Amino acid sequence: MREALRNDQSLIAEWISPHARVLDLGCGDGRLLAELQHRQDVSGYGIEIDAENIVGCVRNNVNVIQSNLDDGLAEFEDNSFDYVVMTQTLQAVRYPHLVLREMVRIGREGIVTFPNMGHWRCRTQLALGRMPVTNHLPNTWYNTPNIHICTFKDFEDFCRHDGINILQRTTVDANHKSGTAMRMFPNLFGEAAIYRVQRGA
Amino acid sequence: MAKPIPADSVGLVSPKTQAFDIPIKLDCGETLERYELIYETYGELNAARNNAVLICHALSGDHHAAGFSSEEDLKPGWWDNCIGPGKPVDTDRFFVVAPNNLGGCAGSTGPLSINPNTGKAFGPTFPIVTVRDWVESQARLADHLGIERWAAVMGGSLGGMQALKWACDFPDRVAHAVIIAAAPKLSTQNIAFNEVARQAIRKDPNFHDGYYADHGLVPEYGLMIARMLGHITYLSNDALGSKFGRELRGGKLNFGYDVEFQIESYLRHQGESFAGRFDANSYLLMTKALDYFDPAQAFSGKLTKALAGIKASSLVISFTTDWRFPPERSREIVSALLENNLDVSFIDVESAQGHDSFLLDVPLYHEILHAYFERIHRELQ
Repeated sequence: MREALRNDQSLIAEWISPHARVLDLGCGDGRLLAELQHRQDVSGYGIEIDAENIVGCVRNNVNVIQSNLDDGLAEFEDNSFDYVVMTQTLQAVRYPHLVLREMVRIGREGIVTFPNMGHWRCRTQLALGRMPVTNHLPNTWYNTPNIHICTFKDFEDFCRHDGINILQRTTVDANHKSGTAMRMFPNLFGEAAIYRVQRGA
Repeated sequence: MAKPIPADSVGLVSPKTQAFDIPIKLDCGETLERYELIYETYGELNAARNNAVLICHALSGDHHAAGFSSEEDLKPGWWDNCIGPGKPVDTDRFFVVAPNNLGGCAGSTGPLSINPNTGKAFGPTFPIVTVRDWVESQARLADHLGIERWAAVMGGSLGGMQALKWACDFPDRVAHAVIIAAAPKLSTQNIAFNEVARQAIRKDPNFHDGYYADHGLVPEYGLMIARMLGHITYLSNDALGSKFGRELRGGKLNFGYDVEFQIESYLRHQGESFAGRFDANSYLLMTKALDYFDPAQAFSGKLTKALAGIKASSLVISFTTDWRFPPERSREIVSALLENNLDVSFIDVESAQGHDSFLLDVPLYHEILHAYFERIHRELQ
């Protein structure tokens, strides 16, 4: 009874090695972990704040801990997971930079996805004087949970300053497909990105 | 009873009593040569004998967890909203075992039982029992019932402590531990509340050092005050406020000490009914079991080490307004389980009802339990 993965989750699943230990931050109803448990025999936990999603995790046989990511993840030791994953959540937390630091502290690798504010559609809407509303950022300015939106460039600048190494980046469009234009001008044509990151030496 | 028995009830139930003749050495150093446990069961043990769920009761609970004791019974067992056909612990799927703990006063060997060495009731001479003692005595009940491994051991408050201790002491005999509104040990404040309750009982003029029965008396004021205090701490300030407010029973102030505010009336009623049904020596014992519970103590206070042997998967549940066993205390258990890389899920359920929430039909709470027991059921297939 496992539910279909979002496309970004499918891409992430390909990056995760079998039998790995995975921590999924903002795991929703746990479908990524459920799929990884089933397909790749991974183990781990989801962290989620929403009660209904937690019920979903339990239904999906996924270990889930109710927590607010902004309260930190002190209960997890350094390097205690192979991967710490965070899909479409970075932009919704209060302190994204702290969560990113926690990710690379706890995990040997972090995998993070977020929508790109630098996409041409966002830029166009902003140029016309409106806050962007897109497939990846579907809310209006007053009711959006997405309080920290950035562009790929912003994110990469932060990683450089904070000593976080970017191991890999895949940018995708609304259908989570990658094309030539996107590869050449990712910050303009990529709607969302999936980054593999690691704490610098 | 006034109404017909509901379809989702386990129906009419009657307890069984099992005697154990193998002496049990208690933590306090004393040995009980023989003892009896009274228990109820609901549902059927399957052929593989792997669908059994142990229900551990809290401070003033007993073996009557679900169903009705007789046609005239007005109230079902204390966890009836959770146990029954189609309920979170679905008795169409699980075989539920609910014992009364050693030292209790509902039929298991305790202060009211006859001490075979003296021919008189144990009274205050009944040895102080611990959560570990309870778990061992319950394990013998499991042996007797032919249950090698519980599908789940479950409890709230002091019952949750038993579930945790079961998982520690018998790692191969617990598939899932469901630990609700519990703590890895009592806080100083909690011990303090227990001490007030104990002093209320022990200083009651009727107490007679625990030999009140010999005088044909009950330390009812002590029990009443202990229960009143308990009730205040089981509910949240908001819950008390919204239930009773400052409402006056007679509609006006009387400038006296009779019941004026509704809350006074409620507390007195709760206290009085408790004094009529619960044995004071048992109550004292139960509060001691709570105070002493501290599995980390033998591991220099390191809870992670204390839980290192656990094999069970756990579900840990707390309630947002529970200030007697606050969510942070459940998180301590969760952290220690996480540090041991054990399967664990945790939710802090939003509820206005304080510690009492674990006994109530809080929809999200029951939804989580339901989902979790579905999972346990799937694993058994």
